[in-house]
Amino acid sequence: MTDIVLRIDSLGVSFATDGGDVKAVDGVSLEVARGEVLAIVGESGSGKTVTARSILGLLPETATASGVVMLSSRDGSSEHDVVALRGGDLRAVRGRDAAMVFQEPSTALNPVFTVGWQIVEGLRAHGMPRRAARRRAIEILDAVGIPDPHERVDHYPHQFSGGQKQRIVIAMALVLEPGLIVADEPTTALDVTVQAEILDLLRRCRDDFGAGIVLITHNMGVVADLADRVAVMYQGRVIEQADVRTLFSAPQTEYTRALLDAVPYVGHGRSAAAARASSRAAEWASGEAVVEASGLEVTYPGRLGRSGFRAVRGVDLRIRPGEVLGLVGESGSGKSTIGRAIAGLTRVTGGSLQVLGHELNGVREREFRAVRSRIGFVFQDPASSFDPRRTIAEAVAEPFLIHGRAEHPGDARAQVDELLEAVQLPRAYGDRFPFELSGGQRQRASLARAIALRPELLIADEPTSALDVSVQARVLELFAELQRELGFACLFISHDLAVVDLVADRIAVLHRGELVEEGTGAEVLGEPREAYTQRLLASLPVPDPVAQATRRETLRALRAAER
Amino acid sequence: MSDIVRPARRPLADRLPVVRDLRRAVGLQRGMLIAGLVITAVFLLTALLAPLLAPYGFDQLRADGEAFGAQRPPSAEHLLGTTVGGYDVLSRVLWGAQTAVLVIVVAIVLSIIAGVLLGLVSGYLGGWLDRILVVVCDAIYAFPSLLLAIVMSIVISGGQSSLWGGLLAAAISITVVFIPQYFRVVRSEVVRVKSEAFVESARVLGAPSGRIMLRSVLPNATRTLPLIVTLNASEAILTLAGLGFLGFGIEPTAAAEWGYDLNKALSDVTSGIWWTSLFPGLAIVLAVLGITLVGESLNDLADPRLRGRRRAGVSSGAVAETSIAPAAAASTASGEDDHR
Repeated sequence: MTDIVLRIDSLGVSFATDGGDVKAVDGVSLEVARGEVLAIVGESGSGKTVTARSILGLLPETATASGVVMLSSRDGSSEHDVVALRGGDLRAVRGRDAAMVFQEPSTALNPVFTVGWQIVEGLRAHGMPRRAARRRAIEILDAVGIPDPHERVDHYPHQFSGGQKQRIVIAMALVLEPGLIVADEPTTALDVTVQAEILDLLRRCRDDFGAGIVLITHNMGVVADLADRVAVMYQGRVIEQADVRTLFSAPQTEYTRALLDAVPYVGHGRSAAAARASSRAAEWASGEAVVEASGLEVTYPGRLGRSGFRAVRGVDLRIRPGEVLGLVGESGSGKSTIGRAIAGLTRVTGGSLQVLGHELNGVREREFRAVRSRIGFVFQDPASSFDPRRTIAEAVAEPFLIHGRAEHPGDARAQVDELLEAVQLPRAYGDRFPFELSGGQRQRASLARAIALRPELLIADEPTSALDVSVQARVLELFAELQRELGFACLFISHDLAVVDLVADRIAVLHRGELVEEGTGAEVLGEPREAYTQRLLASLPVPDPVAQATRRETLRALRAAER
Repeated sequence: MSDIVRPARRPLADRLPVVRDLRRAVGLQRGMLIAGLVITAVFLLTALLAPLLAPYGFDQLRADGEAFGAQRPPSAEHLLGTTVGGYDVLSRVLWGAQTAVLVIVVAIVLSIIAGVLLGLVSGYLGGWLDRILVVVCDAIYAFPSLLLAIVMSIVISGGQSSLWGGLLAAAISITVVFIPQYFRVVRSEVVRVKSEAFVESARVLGAPSGRIMLRSVLPNATRTLPLIVTLNASEAILTLAGLGFLGFGIEPTAAAEWGYDLNKALSDVTSGIWWTSLFPGLAIVLAVLGITLVGESLNDLADPRLRGRRRAGVSSGAVAETSIAPAAAASTASGEDDHR
């Protein structure tokens, strides 16, 4: 009986695309032992997901694989080379020898079937009778921590929360007791507090079920929390493989070192914020605010006959000139809604919201249009924030055209070039189309467009959450630099406490549409007063395996205290 | 559009809709597209060159002072024989292509403009206008187009009609039926594009609605139009032929029309005179088939998931430049590059 559940030997994967063949994985060799968590980290495009999918033979038709992917069955009695398997043999291996946990739990479950049916489906495909399968489904739901599994087994996916759905996806992976679980970004779509719970569950998969886990992630905190061994991928190759503590304490390659350096830590932005605060004049605090919200409410209208959804419930906020307010909260906390309301994209339904001296409750679009030239907005998704049919220069020139500062995109070209240089993009990039730029470059062009008219207020809605860590670090640096030079006030929205801490003067924490806590970074993140903030902070995994182990205990104590 | 110099644009052949699709198609999809394009090209050329190709005029009954005679089988003078009315079948079929192209053009021009504009405004503005338009369009869906065409033809010219009377009857009824289709397709695309960040970004910049609709939304919402246009075209031919077949068609002296000829050939079939019905019928089938093939393959090729590709060679291709180490990136201006 061997102890190695997965052995990958010089795996290569090529894709046929419209632009010719592209190689995604180039000679990767890896091994996973029983009861071991191997984390594969790397930036987007480094080939980590393709590697993971080829373990289960889940590559799309356009892909061609070479090399060996040896999967051992749980009892070690048989071995299969997944690359060579086809049809029925491949289906027999899937689920029994290796199972997959997907990134997005809401799309990994079929909405028209009960979760029990979906778990039973997998069992029956491997020849278990219906009654036994149902019993097993209830057992496994209980094992992954779904309360009342007898009842819940007949519920539909939409009746579960995001975290519970991911538990069910993990249950589906566990139900046949495979020797190996492939988890592709299992917590990326989840909030930090939920993420901590799912990581605990995955740890139990390893400890209680003895499964080997291949964890694909870009989050170094998650790696530090869960992994035993780490493989760093870069341009389709594994460039470094080490035990998790060794990797974090003594990275061998330049790339790994740079990757680790780019990860933001909570507490790194405090000195910068303090320096900015001390340089301000004393009467600054009493001056007129750029944004002043009192009792702000935003209700989204419901369907016929249903009451609307109150996304924001009585929030008081002030942003003074030149100040960066960081707004953090989990998904659904109303942070994006507040940003959109300030930009006039969402109607204010209650309370008062003053933006640059204009009341937005009941404002008409026509009156507000002139004020818009004084507000900039940076969107979350760099992929869709540019019109695919226009060049970057034309898009950045758009504000000048709309507000009558130029007749023609060509007239504004000089200013556009200056702006592109300000965000550290070469002038020649102005002639490119958005799809020819990378995510980070597009996000910088987006920043250029937002500051084109020298706005007094900038709203940045999760500007870096779609970017890789190394790219994020550069964009944040650039943001801080521009803010220092141009002195605009800013509402910086993010779900990542460490990112907000880096850029913000003050931090406001939102929870279910209400403002929980507000203060400077040192106050809110250093000594959080509210239980919610404390839990949020404790849930955030830090990219340091030793520190993370102690933090895990703190969080457990905190959770126990709440019960 | 602007006087900005653009150094590197893709070659023209890669940007023209049909040519681009033809270049990247492979296998069966390529075969279908080429077959469709060839049939459609022949159809269009026939329409264009009908005066040169046809041995006789479409309403010609006699040559050199001598009548053709009715229901003559194919012969050297009349390659495809003559009809019961004494017309030359080959000439009628060739001239009929011209009428078919005219009805397509009129139907498309009438319906595409109205349908696209209504869809754009309705999808972008939403609200009560949108609801009313959607309900009206649903109601029109429930209405049989041929019935509408008959009503139109009676309204326009009392049933038996001239070239333009018959054409317009078919084209207008097609327009009424197809406006909802253009409307639906454009509206759903507009609703999708409307929520994209670049449209919101134009709103945040303070651009007026008209400008956003025409400059940002419309150019990005026309993806599926080619497919609807081809459906529209084949439906137009079928409706015109249907009108003719039911006896509401165009007088043989005004223009050649396949449906009319089929109608007149009805009684011939039972008496073994096959040539009067076979060729006009074949013309209708081929014209519709060609256009539909083009439409179907364009639709499949436009969707990356349906588009066939050659398989990649084992371990072929180069690893794409995905990232530069962040430390190195800090020193270069155009530093990082993640996935493309």
